[in-house]
Amino acid sequence: MCMLSRKATCNSHGQDSSYFLGWQEYEKNPFHEVRNTKGIIQMGLAENQLCFDILKSWIANNPDAAGFKRNGESIFAELALFQDYHGIPEFKKALTEFMSEIRGNKVSFDPNHLVLAAGATSANETLMFCLANHGEAFLLPTPYYPGFDRDLKWRTGVEIIPIHCTSSNGFQITETALQEAYLEAQKRNLRVKGVLVTNPSNPLGTTMTRNELNMLVSFVDEKGIHLVSDEIYSGTAFSTPSFVSVMEILKERKCDENGSQVWKRVHVVYSLSKDLGLPGFRVGAIYSNDDMVVAAATKMSSFGLVSSQTQYLLAAMLSDKKLTKNYISENHKRLRQRQKKLVSGLQKAGISCLKGNAGLFCWVDMRHLLRSNTFEAEMELWKKIVYEVRLNISPGSSCHCTEPGWFRVCFANMSEETLDLAMQRLKAFVTEYYNVPEVNGHGQNSRLNHSRRRSLTKWVFRLSFDDRSPIPGR
Amino acid sequence: MGFTLSNQQQQLSKIATGNGHGENSPYFEGWKAFDSNPYHPTKNPHGVIQMGLAENQLSFDLIQEWVLNHPEASICTAEGAKEFKDIANFQDYHGLPEFRNAVANFMGNVRGNRVTFDPDRIVMSGGATGAHEMLAFCLADPGEAFLMPVPYYPAFDRDLRWRTGVQLLPVACESFNNFKITRAALEDAYEKAQKANIRVKGLLITNPSNPLGTVLDRETLKSLVTFINEKNIHLVCDEIYAATVFTQPSFISIAEILEEEEVECNRELIHIVYSLSKDMGFPGFRVGIVYSYNDAVVNCARKMSSFGLVSTQTQRLIASMLSDNEFVDRFIAESARRLKARHAKFTVGLEEEGTTCLKSSGGLFVWMDLHKHLKEPTFEAEMALWRIIIHEVKLNVSPGSSFHCPEPGWFRVCFANMDDQTMEVALERIRNFVLQDKEAAVVAMKKKKRCWQSSKNLSLSFNRRSRFDEVMMSPHSPIPQSPLVRAT
Repeated sequence: MCMLSRKATCNSHGQDSSYFLGWQEYEKNPFHEVRNTKGIIQMGLAENQLCFDILKSWIANNPDAAGFKRNGESIFAELALFQDYHGIPEFKKALTEFMSEIRGNKVSFDPNHLVLAAGATSANETLMFCLANHGEAFLLPTPYYPGFDRDLKWRTGVEIIPIHCTSSNGFQITETALQEAYLEAQKRNLRVKGVLVTNPSNPLGTTMTRNELNMLVSFVDEKGIHLVSDEIYSGTAFSTPSFVSVMEILKERKCDENGSQVWKRVHVVYSLSKDLGLPGFRVGAIYSNDDMVVAAATKMSSFGLVSSQTQYLLAAMLSDKKLTKNYISENHKRLRQRQKKLVSGLQKAGISCLKGNAGLFCWVDMRHLLRSNTFEAEMELWKKIVYEVRLNISPGSSCHCTEPGWFRVCFANMSEETLDLAMQRLKAFVTEYYNVPEVNGHGQNSRLNHSRRRSLTKWVFRLSFDDRSPIPGR
Repeated sequence: MGFTLSNQQQQLSKIATGNGHGENSPYFEGWKAFDSNPYHPTKNPHGVIQMGLAENQLSFDLIQEWVLNHPEASICTAEGAKEFKDIANFQDYHGLPEFRNAVANFMGNVRGNRVTFDPDRIVMSGGATGAHEMLAFCLADPGEAFLMPVPYYPAFDRDLRWRTGVQLLPVACESFNNFKITRAALEDAYEKAQKANIRVKGLLITNPSNPLGTVLDRETLKSLVTFINEKNIHLVCDEIYAATVFTQPSFISIAEILEEEEVECNRELIHIVYSLSKDMGFPGFRVGIVYSYNDAVVNCARKMSSFGLVSTQTQRLIASMLSDNEFVDRFIAESARRLKARHAKFTVGLEEEGTTCLKSSGGLFVWMDLHKHLKEPTFEAEMALWRIIIHEVKLNVSPGSSFHCPEPGWFRVCFANMDDQTMEVALERIRNFVLQDKEAAVVAMKKKKRCWQSSKNLSLSFNRRSRFDEVMMSPHSPIPQSPLVRAT
């Protein structure tokens, strides 16, 4: 048998992570409102399915954009032939204006500094190829999106060093944690090329504070390294505090004027997969003030260009300012409502979460449900939730969280009824498993002592073998 | 106060600051010359005609007609909109099942249904560009090598090497036997690698060939299979031009060779790269395919395809179009017929002035032999000739050296990316150049003997030049300069 590359045979694709395993279990037994009501409800997929009606209605009213036409004339051939890696100018203009609009027009983006990529997946990998050599490192605050292990490291050979964040301060990045991570890299003889943050954060569902952002900019300035800000969820910041982009911070600090050059080392990644709910269209982008990065990334985008058909459709859509204005505000409203529903449903089950103001998920605190304060206990609980409660949620360990017991639970990829059902299942599980009385709306719940919990564990296992499901049927 | 260039370079990766992107090659230089002065029949009749871009523009009318008659194929029309949400939301790297089925079906059709393809072995990529890089990542580690017969498509230097660290080692092919890939040349290349301590992981061929336009015969294909099997290395076959074969000898796919009884081969070594950019003329849609007979490669490539998936909007359109067997059969036949007609017109026109091309049966270009016009048989002379062709004859053609051709004087000239009238203009320019060059040669000779002849000949060539200008004012245009692409 001929050997493949090391990349092909190792695990750096990260797909053995529980993040993806939960997905696989879901695939085997997916919930359906009619056809499979006992199936696993997908709450591990950060998708935005709340505003398709707005897009569909726009399409119905704009047949030209959809049908390869301009002023009624077919431009199919033009589009089919267009493979210029600079992208369709109208599309980049519309996309940069949309990015500005999301940021309340406090910053503007130059389309000539925008590079298209096949999704944020491709954008992040391309940036790593541009900014770091094989064996060099980026610092990332934990918890972070599990896909980064693949996107940033797999084919690039770049290392990730975690910046440990904890619940003690709502998982905010501290100066100490940053310095510690930097030192850790040095101890391991790894050259740090930059810091990568996701803002709003996945999986926390929070926006970064001005303090954090300023601290980061100062840090990378001092160290002479890069800062990549993945702002893929920028359009999902649905309540206060409002979203502040790192670009705003640079503007406030007048970074392009004081000669520090740090503004050239700050790069933003964007995508339409979350804000517009179009992950299938593979629309990603890199924004950089550094001409060399733009030039190199543009050439690399040959490996993952955006289909011209899609560029054309979205150019028309995003140039319609009435649509974008309406979409952004309606999107916020619906996400806010839906998040509230999840939070209150969790509360009824005696479960709290980190106070979130953005994203498509909540960072849920189930530490009190752990048998012990360990990741083994977290895995045990997770398996119960996947197999018995039949909810696919993402365990914090898959996001490299340093504290066991946290889970990411998505709320925007299902109907309201399905969310209600999921919360009912969860509540029933907590009630039965922990034998706790019905909790009131203030989220109070009692803790069991360890020995009673252990005997309950045995009891639940016997129950499952006896085929008696704690989950109410529909 | 600011960072020096070397500081800035240190800030970025070696990949970003080096030349591995290959865009300093003359292949791309010619493009730039065209971009700054593009031909237009009325707006810029003295501009450069693009003959360096291998695009298939001859059969769009058929596709446009199909698209108009099948509004349900687009998720954005009234007929197709009910699927909008599901399609826009679908990011599974397995791709839409109907897409994979349709592509597998199409690949079989293109090969005359002599072989079938398993949809589960189809992996998406960002065009063939993405497919090649992906395969290189899967099959080889940095420092390892692929063997590549010359001449080859210039961008392979970028696609296979730039970010992967993989090397490309040439397999010598020569014009005396029509650039055939011989066993001896393969062995020679392999041995050279061994001596240099470079581990060879595979052999990459393009069949039909770019830039030659020729197809590999059965014997050669079998000998390649035997070779790689013996050495236990991979064989990557880029079949991107499969449906552009318009005459005999016809195209034989590696997939067919594998089905032959007497061929013994570990199938897990065989991988096919495909795309819709050439056969259908859809480079803008970025539909690249990796088809591997190796399960581990399919699995790995599938995960890597996350970096270059095909937009589901496009998958949906393609799935619909390529499952229409009646349309596909008609398209393949008509496209081949038009390519044949265009190729014939072009090559006959050239031959009338004594310009020959390598005999070919496919592709979107000819491999033109201009060695007679070289001042001397060197690559410097080839470059000098190329600059004359770009800047004076005003045709962007691609010099053989950019394809790593071992012999100077060959040029790849594309013929399928323009309308008939533009082709006539191009032919006329070539004819005039050839004549002028012959005359110049005669003049140079005569000048050695009788100086006073030169003014007469100059006035002759002056007259010819004004006829040249008339011809260039052709009123018909190819696809008008796209407003989508703004020249900077």
